[in-house]
Amino acid sequence: MKKILSSEITSHLTYLNRRKFIKNSSAISIASSLSFPSQAIHSEDTSQYQQQLDDGDELNTFDEITTYNNFYEFGVGKSDPSNYSKSFNTKPWSIKIEGLVKKPITIDLEDILKNVTIEDRVYRLRCVEAWSMVIPWQGFPLSKLINLAQPLDSAKFIQFVTVFRPDEMPGQNRRILSWPYIEGLRMDEAMHPLTILSTGLYGHDLLNQNGAPLRLVVPWKYGFKSIKSIVAVRFVDRQPDATWPMMAPSEYGFYSNVNNTVHHPRWTQGTERRIGEFLRRPTLMFNGYEEEVSDLYKGMDLNKYY
Amino acid sequence: MLSSQLVKKNKLTILMILLLPSFIWVGMFINGSLGINPIDILMDKLGEMSLRLLILVLIISSLSEFVFFRSLINLRRLIGLIAFYYLFLHLICYIFLDHFFNLSFILKDIIKRPFITFGFLGFVLLFPLVFTSTNNMIKKLTFRIWKKIHYLIYVVILLGVLHFYLLTKADKTEPLIYFGIVLILFALRIYKIFFIRQVVQR
Repeated sequence: MKKILSSEITSHLTYLNRRKFIKNSSAISIASSLSFPSQAIHSEDTSQYQQQLDDGDELNTFDEITTYNNFYEFGVGKSDPSNYSKSFNTKPWSIKIEGLVKKPITIDLEDILKNVTIEDRVYRLRCVEAWSMVIPWQGFPLSKLINLAQPLDSAKFIQFVTVFRPDEMPGQNRRILSWPYIEGLRMDEAMHPLTILSTGLYGHDLLNQNGAPLRLVVPWKYGFKSIKSIVAVRFVDRQPDATWPMMAPSEYGFYSNVNNTVHHPRWTQGTERRIGEFLRRPTLMFNGYEEEVSDLYKGMDLNKYY
Repeated sequence: MLSSQLVKKNKLTILMILLLPSFIWVGMFINGSLGINPIDILMDKLGEMSLRLLILVLIISSLSEFVFFRSLINLRRLIGLIAFYYLFLHLICYIFLDHFFNLSFILKDIIKRPFITFGFLGFVLLFPLVFTSTNNMIKKLTFRIWKKIHYLIYVVILLGVLHFYLLTKADKTEPLIYFGIVLILFALRIYKIFFIRQVVQR
């Protein structure tokens, strides 16, 4: 008999709400723990995210976050991912953990989620194209997965790989980028508490266009570092390749930290347009997370290691 | 044969049709139906329209070599001016909507980013063509000199295509298609200059 995963039965929201229910055991509306059609659920209560907002930031809407995307696997237009990702099937989902680990395994996403606590994380997302959003993610620290994976001491970097399914991802039929999409982090960046693997946003399972069912979120780096729909996590001893730096090494570096002093031939990195706003904002060093992450890069020439 | 009567009579209609997209896009921009990042979209649409019209100007010139299409030459100036109109709106969009008159920033942007340098240069080089577009000016300058000035259109179009190519992040198909069309149109002219002239000389 085919094994049926609980993720095929229980939606992420139900799962989340159940956790919340257990945690607070206070009055949470019973209605919200039932599975409603997606649109009905997310729009209501955003107050739980307000306390995590930094001064001057406002949440972008669910609509903005889910219809304005860069996910070239579904096409290069901003609305292509929401229009052409309907047939992408993310259930069931398993992830390969390989390379320099005690025991390489393929693990069901379900089994990973059993071992972690889903948290709310409101982060700014700064795209290298000089636009930005504020997104209420749900997810868990990447460090939790790394600890489960038990890497060897020789593992210094992690490489991530996006799923390759040209039948379900129309953009992969054209060699716009070299598929599958790959990205990487240095181990200390990966272990940093701000780095999360996200499973949802606005209390809703990640939609396909946002990188369902599991994506990386590294808020102090340009958006393309936050790789989507991850199927493999590889522990390696050398700086791994990454898709955009491979394609245009002079434009995109391995680190790709948000840095208003590093010049890009196409977009100004000094300012950005927050989606929904008219006037540009100045771009903050490390996307405003300088206090938390600048120690990672002490003594490094960030103009050289961009 | 396409009569020049017919072409001239419909100039106003053609003008209205070609201006219509700009009204629609600006209207959509104002009522918020131009998508999640409307400034970028408006700017892209205006710029793209301008480039397409400039290429159309070259196509009209080539077509008018054929007797059947000779009368189309009456539309060339009109379409060239509309192309300038779109390019002007494109620039206004960049200065006002994208950077809100932050002129010192814009100046730096023009110098620092090659695609903006080329785009801006193309816009500047279109000015002499606009100023010398009236019948009076043609008379004043003599047709020979006027024609020399208007060879600038080739430079402008190449700069426009280059601008589009450089600003495109990954999928360069569209700018390359434009480049291909422009190359074919250039080749036709070179063929005409060298080959046809030799035939006549013989």
